[in-house]
Amino acid sequence: MGQTLFDKIWDAHVVSSNEGFPDILYIDTHFIHEVTSPQAFDGLRARGLPVFRPKQTVATADHNVPTWDQHLPIKEELSRYQVDMLTKNCAEFGIELYGLGHPFQGIVHVIGPELGITRPGGTYVCGDSHTSTHGAFGAIAFGIGTSQVEQVMATQCLLQSRPKRMKIEVNGKLQKGVGAKDIILYIISQISAAGGTGYAVEYAGDTIRALSMEGRMTICNMSIEMGARCGLIAPDETTINYVKGREFAPKGEEWDKAVAYWQTLYSDEDAEFDSVLSFKAEDIEPMITYGTNPGMGIGVTQHVPETASFEQKEQGSYKKALDYMGLHDDQQLLGKPIDYVFIGSCTNSRIEDLREVAQFVKGKHKADNVTVWVVPGSKQVQEQAIREGLDKIFDAAGFPLREPGCSACLGMNEDKIPAGKYCVSTSNRNFEGRQGPNSRTFLASPLTAAASAITGVVTDIREFLKEENTMSLRGT
Amino acid sequence: MSTKIFKHIQTSVVPLPIENIDTDQIIPARFLKATTRDGFGNNLFRDWRFDNDGNPKQDFVLNNPTYSGKILVAGKNFGCGSSREHAAWAIADYGFDAVVSSFFADIFKGNALNNGLLPVQVSDDFLKKLFEVIDADPHAEVEIDLVDQFIKIVKTGEQESFEVNPYKKACMTNGYDDIDYILSKKELVEEFEGAR
Repeated sequence: MGQTLFDKIWDAHVVSSNEGFPDILYIDTHFIHEVTSPQAFDGLRARGLPVFRPKQTVATADHNVPTWDQHLPIKEELSRYQVDMLTKNCAEFGIELYGLGHPFQGIVHVIGPELGITRPGGTYVCGDSHTSTHGAFGAIAFGIGTSQVEQVMATQCLLQSRPKRMKIEVNGKLQKGVGAKDIILYIISQISAAGGTGYAVEYAGDTIRALSMEGRMTICNMSIEMGARCGLIAPDETTINYVKGREFAPKGEEWDKAVAYWQTLYSDEDAEFDSVLSFKAEDIEPMITYGTNPGMGIGVTQHVPETASFEQKEQGSYKKALDYMGLHDDQQLLGKPIDYVFIGSCTNSRIEDLREVAQFVKGKHKADNVTVWVVPGSKQVQEQAIREGLDKIFDAAGFPLREPGCSACLGMNEDKIPAGKYCVSTSNRNFEGRQGPNSRTFLASPLTAAASAITGVVTDIREFLKEENTMSLRGT
Repeated sequence: MSTKIFKHIQTSVVPLPIENIDTDQIIPARFLKATTRDGFGNNLFRDWRFDNDGNPKQDFVLNNPTYSGKILVAGKNFGCGSSREHAAWAIADYGFDAVVSSFFADIFKGNALNNGLLPVQVSDDFLKKLFEVIDADPHAEVEIDLVDQFIKIVKTGEQESFEVNPYKKACMTNGYDDIDYILSKKELVEEFEGAR
C-alpha cells in the first residue's frame, strides 16, 4: 500500500519508535520567539544543559513589538523586558536572533518561508500554534507548548504520537473576489473548530494546486483553527520556484539534490487516509465570521444562524457568543457599520496580500468611521512594499503601512481594538477579547477587509468587482 | 527532572458548562508577558472572572463560594486555539489537578500532561450526567483514578473509564519527564544525524 505525504515525511524523521511510547521525532528547525521561550531557557539552566543544536534554532521578536516607531525603546515595560530577555537568552545559548532592527525580523511564520529556511520535506516546530503555516511547503510543522520548546532545545527532538491522516480536497474554479482565506474559513465553518482535531490534514485538489505559496500558507496557517495537528500541501513547481534563490535555500549541487528529493513528496495514488472530505470551489462565497470561534463563519450575504437550529446543549454557548458580539439570530452582517480594519498577522501579511489590497484601494479612500492598520509580516515585506510604492497608495487611501509584528491579531503590543468596537480582521482568531478586552472581531479575507474599510460597513467585495468591471468596460 | 505526581483524587468539582473554551479565555494574551511559570492562576479566566476595574464578577463560577474542588468540568473542545502552555500553568496554579471534558484540543492536552494536570475525556452522556449531578448538589464529589483509568461520581456510583497514553500515564504516576527520556536515547539522535 502506498504512503501519504505526511507519513513519508514523518518516517524520514523518526529517530526511535517503541511500542507503547510516542515516537522520537527529529526536528529540522526550531523557531522561537519572546513569549513562549523564557521558561524553556530557565529549564535548560536548571538542568545545566546547553541548546543541543543552536544552529538549527532561529529566533525573532514578533508578538510584543510595537508596529510604529519601532526604532524607539519599547514603551511597555513587561513587553520590553520579555524582548530583552530573548536577546539575552539567545546570546547566552548561541542562537541567531533576528530581533528588532534586523533586516530579517518579522512574524516567525512569515520569515521562515521568506528566508528559505522552511522547505519541502522538513520538520518545523515553534511555541506558537500557527506553525502549521509552514506545512504549505509540503513539510510537517506544528505548534508546541513551552515544555516541548525546552525538549527541542535540549534534544532537537520531540516525543510525538503519529496523528491520523485526513485529506481535504477542493476542486473547481473560485468566484472572482474569493481567495485562499475564504476557502479555509469556509472549510472550518463546514467542519467546525474541532473538526480536524487529532489529524494531520493534507489539502489537495485543483483549486489548492492553483494557489500561490502565499495562498497555501494562508490555508495551512488556519489548520489549527479546526483543531488539526498540522496542515500540508504537496510541493510542486510553485513551491520549488518560491524557495529557489532565497537567503538560506540550498544552492548549486545541494539544490539539485534537494529538488530531486522534493519531487518524491506526494501522497501515493493508493495511500489511505483516515478521513477524506471534498468541497466545491464554486460553493464558496467571500466569508466572514460572526461568532467567537473561527468555525462560526458564513458567506458574507448569509444570515447569522438561529439559536433554535442548534442542539439544546449547544444553545447556551451559542447565545453567549452572539451576546458578546452584539448580534442576534438571523441578522445579516452585510451593511453593518464597523470601526476598525486590521490587515496583517501570520495569516495575511505577506507581500501578495499587500499587493492585492493596494491594487484594490488605489484611488479610493477609507470611510471616516473606520481606522485602518496595515501591518506587514516582516521587515522584508515592508521594504518590498515600499520599493513597489504600495506605501504611497496605502497612505493616499488612509491605510497607513506600519512596521512588522503580530500586532492586533492578539493585542500583546499597543495595537488593541477598544472594547465594544467591531474590527474586520484578516487574522485567524475571533475569540472573545483576542484583539483587546471586549473587542469584537469579524474574520475575513484581505479583499473583504479592504472593501469594508472603504465603505465603512461589512461589504461584499463582489459588488465592487462588478462595478469595476463595468467601469473598465466603459473606459474602452 | 521530576514533574508532579498524579495517581488518584476525590474532590468536589467546579462546573463550567461552556463549549469551545479557548486558551485566550483561560489566560488572555496580555498576561503572557511573565518570564517565569508562576502566578498565572491569579489571571485564570481573567475576563470572565473580573470586570474591567478588576472587581470579581459575581455570576462567574470561580467567584461563587458554593463551588470548589480540584477538578474543573467543562464543555467540549476545551483548550482550543493558541498553544500557550500558560493555560495549563494557570489552571494548575489556581489549584486544579484535573480537567474533565467530552473533547480536548490536542496541544492543550499535551501541555496539561506535561504539567501534572490530568485531562480526562469522557463521553457526551457522562459529561451531561456530571453537570446534572453538580447542578443538583454543588458539593457532589468525583473520584478520578489514573492508575485504573476511571472517573466516578461518588454519590451515584456511576463511572466511566478514560483513555490515556500509556507512556504519559507512566510519566504522571511516577513523575518522569520527557527530556530525561529523550536524553537517555541521545546516542540514537546522534546516529540519526550522522546517517542523514
